[in-house]
Amino acid sequence: MARFALRRLLSMLLVLFAVSVLVFLIFNVLPGGDPAVRMAGKVPTETQVEAIRVEWGFDEPLHVQYATMMEKLFTGDMVSYLNGQDVVEEIWRGLPRTFALALGAGIIWLVFAIALGLYSAVRAGGLSDRLLTVLALIGISMPVFWVGAMLLYYLGYKAGIFPNGGYVEFLESPTQWLWHMVLPWFTLSILFIGFYSRVLRSDILETMNEDYVRTARAKGLSERRVIVHHVLRNSLIPLITLWGLDFGAVIGGGAILTEAVFNLQGVGQYAAESIDQLDLPPVMAVTMFGAFFIVVFNTVVDIAYAALDPRIRFEGGRR
Amino acid sequence: MLLVAACTAAPLWADHIAHTSAEQNHLSDTVVVDGERREVVDLLGKPIGPTWSGRFFLGADSNGRDIMVRLLYGGRNSLLIGIAAAIGTILAGLLLGLLAGYHRGRVDAVISWAMNVVWSFPVILLGIALGTALALGGLELGPLTIAGDSLLIPIGIIALIYVPYLARPVRGQVLALREREFVEAARAQGMGTARIVFSEILPNVASTLIVFLPLLVANAILLEAGLSFLGAGVQPPDASWGTMIAEGVDRIISAPHLAIVPGAMLVATVLSLNVFGEGVRDALDPRAKVRIEH
Repeated sequence: MARFALRRLLSMLLVLFAVSVLVFLIFNVLPGGDPAVRMAGKVPTETQVEAIRVEWGFDEPLHVQYATMMEKLFTGDMVSYLNGQDVVEEIWRGLPRTFALALGAGIIWLVFAIALGLYSAVRAGGLSDRLLTVLALIGISMPVFWVGAMLLYYLGYKAGIFPNGGYVEFLESPTQWLWHMVLPWFTLSILFIGFYSRVLRSDILETMNEDYVRTARAKGLSERRVIVHHVLRNSLIPLITLWGLDFGAVIGGGAILTEAVFNLQGVGQYAAESIDQLDLPPVMAVTMFGAFFIVVFNTVVDIAYAALDPRIRFEGGRR
Repeated sequence: MLLVAACTAAPLWADHIAHTSAEQNHLSDTVVVDGERREVVDLLGKPIGPTWSGRFFLGADSNGRDIMVRLLYGGRNSLLIGIAAAIGTILAGLLLGLLAGYHRGRVDAVISWAMNVVWSFPVILLGIALGTALALGGLELGPLTIAGDSLLIPIGIIALIYVPYLARPVRGQVLALREREFVEAARAQGMGTARIVFSEILPNVASTLIVFLPLLVANAILLEAGLSFLGAGVQPPDASWGTMIAEGVDRIISAPHLAIVPGAMLVATVLSLNVFGEGVRDALDPRAKVRIEH
């Protein structure tokens, strides 16, 4: 078990390394990526560009530049090419916002998906099941940012029920914070509710045909007890796994679109704005931060699974 | 189907009904609505809403461009990107999955690891990073030169992002298939590797591919819209539904139809693809069918 966990951790580090190299290359090798030219301003002279190159070390070989950048990332000395802002500080500022968004949405989508998926499975084939199926399909067919914009326009601007985007610190005013987060939470959740409720529904229907469920029924347990204690409990495991992976992905950059629409100024939006200006250091830092969350959640899920089910450990060795 | 037909026929509508093109501006033009002459874009820059007739059927945008025409041309781009990216994903995913699954060992280790790397990237971040960098300078790879505003860039990026989603299940299936009797029989007959892979294994993986195709197209269209919204997808003045929504969201208060119309088109398209995909899956995969026993 320990060996399995160790191997997963090693491969995790290797993946993170590859991700960082790739991001670095995207911004350094591709044409149009030369940072010195952009930093020099609108009409740069050759000498200006050259001076910036030397000052920031862009004239050094790529692997040296890469090493310097990584060192700065880990010591927290990283500053933006364009405005000299401390990158780590900026991420710390955005982190609580992204986290609040992801956590709230994560809870909402899990609760709604379980309720709707369960209801749909119990009523399988009926009118309400079909209606929920259609709604779920519509849910997974809408672009997140469009939903956000529509909600903002109709419920925020037109009806005036909700504020027009933006973020309020929790400590400043908890009620205002909640008020500002409701729309983003639901916007981000809709897609996941649609998807998860479908997964849970088909999983429950499959479990219902298992022998042990038949046994439980034969024992004379009430239908309610069978479903809640025997079926649902089993079907929740894959759903929670999925939740772990998706939650990691949402924190690690999956919420960019929602953040941008509602102007929450989270980590994702910071990255999107930096990419727009081709400002490598923040992009690098945020990508590493995002990949870190995704990889960590993947690894935790893998190891937890292996701990629960020894078969995976051996199969895992073959991978 | 109807949507595809409508988008293919975009030039017809543009030439014969609306008398304009997707990029033509009508800033100082007027149009007759209900027998009354009105400016396409008024003095405050507020564009006209839907007229429900010939020219400016669905209204105009802030440059005085005909939304209906742009919608149809944009739809062409969106659909083209969605379909091309999905096909690219399927080809690449199939190739990698077959290689990894059939050869196992070191080849498998390298491919699976590469898939893990792509998988671990924050999807949208990777997309906009690549999209922005490429849109600025284009791409020059040896003899291959791609301009910065070429549609090939979003197609390539989206295809790349979804490759692991396909390569993984294909690899798993091939791993199981290669141990089956009929493959062994083929090997015993002295068939070459290529022949075994193409004539014995590939047909058995095909149903997975068919199930994936509509869902991939649907997701590719959604991702393209997301990238375009962040300015890293289709580059102006070209339109796609994503860029149109993005332009609309900026002006949603003065002219909500700019965001609503392309969004509704997009949802309708993706929804029909998803419904279609669901149907295909039910037809091909009896296990996924709902079994109601009581």
